[in-house]
Amino acid sequence: MFDDAQLPLVFLGLMAFSVLVYAILDGFDLGVGILLPMDNKQQRDRMVASIGPFWDANETWLVLAVGILLIAFPQAHSLILRELYIPAAFMLIGLIVRGVSFDFRVKAVTRFQRSWDWAFKLGSLFVALSQGYMLGRYVLGFDQQAVAYGFAVLSAMGVAAAYTYIGGAWLVMKTTGPLQLRASIWTRRAGWVAAAGIALVSIANVSLSPTVAARWLTMPNAILLFPLPVLSGAIVVFIDYYLRNQPHAEDFGHSLPFFFIALLFSLSFIGLGYSYFPYVVPHVLLATEGASAPVSLRFILTGIIIIMPTILLYTAFTYRVFWGKATDLTYH
Amino acid sequence: MESELLNTLALSRIQFAANISFHILFPTITIGLGWLLFYFKLRFEISQHPVWMRIYRFWVKIFALTFAIGVVTGITMSFQFGTNWPGFMEKVGNIAGPLLGYEVMSAFFLEATFLGVMLFGIHRVPSKVHTLATLIVAIGTSLSAFWIIALNSWMHTPAGFVMENGVAMPTDWIAIIFNPSMPYRLGHMMLASFLTASFLIAGVSAYRILKGDLKSAPKLALKQSLPLAAFLIVVQIAVGDMHGINTLKYQPAKIAAMEAVWHTEQGAPLVLFAWPNEDTQRNDYEISIPYGASLILTHELDGEIQGISSFGEDRPAVKPLFFGFRIMVGTGLLMLVVSWIGVWLLWRRDTLPRWMLQTLVGMTFSGWVATIAGWYVTEIGRQPWLVQGVLKTSDAVTTIASHNVALSLAMYLGVYIILMAAYLHTLFNLARKAIVVDEYETGNLTDVALADAASRENRHV
Repeated sequence: MFDDAQLPLVFLGLMAFSVLVYAILDGFDLGVGILLPMDNKQQRDRMVASIGPFWDANETWLVLAVGILLIAFPQAHSLILRELYIPAAFMLIGLIVRGVSFDFRVKAVTRFQRSWDWAFKLGSLFVALSQGYMLGRYVLGFDQQAVAYGFAVLSAMGVAAAYTYIGGAWLVMKTTGPLQLRASIWTRRAGWVAAAGIALVSIANVSLSPTVAARWLTMPNAILLFPLPVLSGAIVVFIDYYLRNQPHAEDFGHSLPFFFIALLFSLSFIGLGYSYFPYVVPHVLLATEGASAPVSLRFILTGIIIIMPTILLYTAFTYRVFWGKATDLTYH
Repeated sequence: MESELLNTLALSRIQFAANISFHILFPTITIGLGWLLFYFKLRFEISQHPVWMRIYRFWVKIFALTFAIGVVTGITMSFQFGTNWPGFMEKVGNIAGPLLGYEVMSAFFLEATFLGVMLFGIHRVPSKVHTLATLIVAIGTSLSAFWIIALNSWMHTPAGFVMENGVAMPTDWIAIIFNPSMPYRLGHMMLASFLTASFLIAGVSAYRILKGDLKSAPKLALKQSLPLAAFLIVVQIAVGDMHGINTLKYQPAKIAAMEAVWHTEQGAPLVLFAWPNEDTQRNDYEISIPYGASLILTHELDGEIQGISSFGEDRPAVKPLFFGFRIMVGTGLLMLVVSWIGVWLLWRRDTLPRWMLQTLVGMTFSGWVATIAGWYVTEIGRQPWLVQGVLKTSDAVTTIASHNVALSLAMYLGVYIILMAAYLHTLFNLARKAIVVDEYETGNLTDVALADAASRENRHV
C-alpha cells in the first residue's frame, strides 16, 4: 500500500492524529479537573461524574501517541524525552496523582475526601501546564536561549487555558441549571485567555522561526492560509456570544461550544502541523531520519489498519451509552 | 564522567525497578480479579440471586481503584524506555516497538473503554451487555499481559531475528512472540495473578467476617476463592517446575545462582538455607538435601548442574536470586498449606475457626510477595544482560545527569509511598463500610428455590 519511503510519513500522520484526539478528549477531562470548584461539593461530584466513564480511555491516546513515537521514531523518542526529562517526570506525577484521586475521592474516609479533590484539581492543572511547557520546548527544537524558555512558559499557560476552555464547554453540554450557568462563565473566561494564548503563540512561532515565517507569510501561501486564523477567531467570538446568552430555551445548542472548540483545536493543530511538516522534532530531526525498519513498521501498520477503526467504533459506542446529561456516578 | 554514568546507571536501575515493582502489584490483582468479576456477574445473570450482585458490587469498587493505579503507573512505564533506556529501543526497537504497540492497541483501549461501561453503565445498558463489558475488560487485561510477557520473555530468550549493523531485525514474528520461555512465563504469571486475586478475596472476606459481618456475601466469596486458590497453587507449582527446567536450558547461570551451585557438579544438593559468599565462591552455613537440585531440575539424581564459576563475568549476583527464589517458593508452599487446610475445614464443618480467618487476613497480600520475589529472581537473573546475549544493561542507559534521575526517583518514591498507604487504608475502609450494609431483603428473592438456598446459607453463618 505504501512504499518504504512513505512509511515514516504515514506514522507521523498517525502520531499527529493521536495527539490531536488526546488533546481534545483528555483535554476536556483535564479541564474539568482544573475547574473543580472547591466551594461546592455537589457541583464537584456532578462534574467528576460527567467525566467518570471516559477519562481512562482518554488517557490511553497519550500512551498511543508516545507509543507511536517510540515504535516508529525511537531516535526522536530518546531525544525528546532526554530533553524533557524533568517536565515529563512532573507530568507523570501529575497524571498519577489525578488518576488515583478520581477513585480515592469517593472511596476514602470522609475526612480525606476534600484533600483528594484538591489533589485532583491541582494534579490536572499540573499535567496541563507540563504538557504545554513540553509542547513549547518541542516546537522550538529545544532551543537553549532564554526567549525559548519564555515561549515554553507562554505555551504552558496557553495549553492550560485551552484545556479549561474545552472542559468548560463539556460541562455546558453535560450539565444543567446553576452548574451549567457557572460553567458558561468559566468557559468564556478561559476562552479569552486561550484565544490570546493561541494568538501569542502563533505570533511568537512565526517571529522566532524563519522557516515557519517563510511558510506562512510568503505569497501565495499567505492568501491560501488566511481563512485558518479568520475561522479560528470567528469560532471564539461565536462561542462567546452563545455563552453570554445562557440559558437558552430548552437548552438549545448546548453541545455547540464543545464541538466548535474541538474544531478550533483541530485548526490550531493543522496550523502547527503545517508549520513543521515533515519534521518529527522541529528544526532537528526529519521523520525520515532514524525511523524504524520498514519490516517493523509494516507489521505494526497492519495491526493499526485493522484495530484503529475498531477502537474508534467502540469509543463512539461508549460515548453513546453515556450520551445526555451527566447523572450521579454510582456503581449500583 | 565515568562515575557519573555509573551513578546514572545505578539510579536508573533503581528507578526502573521501583516503578515496575510498584506498577506490577496492581495488574497482578486486576488480571485475575477481572475474570472473577465476570464469573460473579455470570452467576448472577444465571441465578438472579442478589448475593452474587453483592459480591460483584463490592469487588468491582476495589477493581476500579486497583485498575486506576495500574493505569497511571503504567503510563509512567511507557515513558521510562525513552527517558532512561534509549539504548534499548535503538538496538532492539524493531522488535520491542511493535510488541508494545500491539499491547496499546489491542489491550489498553479495549479495557479502558469498556471499563467505563462496566463501572458506570449498569443502568444504561441491558444486563447482558454489562456482563459482556465485564468480559471484555477481563479479556483486555489478559491481552495486555500476553503482549508484555511476550516482550519480556523475548528479552530472556530472544528468537526470530538477525543482527544487521548492530541492530536487531525481525525475521519471524511468530518465533519472536512465542519465543522459547514465553508459554511458561505467561502461564506462571497468569496463575500468579489468579492466586493473588484469590488470596485477596479470601483475606478481605475473612476480615469482614472477623469484624462481625454475618451476611452471606463475604462467606460465599470466601467459599469461592479458597478452593480456587487450593486448586491453582498445585497447578502453579507444576508450571513453576516446568518454567525452571526451561530456564536451566536457556539461562543456566540464573539457575546456578538461584540454587547457589558455585561449581559444576553432578548430583547437586538442594540448598535449603545458606549464606552465599561471593568472595570464597561457596556457601556458608549451608543446610541442604543431597542430590535435591539435580533431581528437581533434571529429574535425575546425578544430573549435571553447571556452576556459577563456569560463567565468568557474565553472570548475575547470587544473593538476591538465592533469597528471592526462596521467598517465592516459601510463600507458595505457605499458600498450599493454608488453602488446603482451609478447604478441608470448610468441607468438614462449613465454617472457619477464628485462627484460620486471622491467618487468611495475614495472607491477604501473599500473592504480591510471591510475585515480586519471582520477578526479582527472573529479572536480576538476566543481568548483566538487558536482552540475553544481545544487549547489556550498562550499554542501554541514558546519558542524563545523575542528579536529574535522583530527583525523579525521589518524586516517584514519595508518591508511591503515599499511594500505597492510601490504597491499603481505603481497601480495608471499603471492607468496613460493607459490614454495616444490610443484608438483602428476602423479598428480593423471587424464586422459591433461591429463597430456600439463601435461608440454608444463612443458617450456616
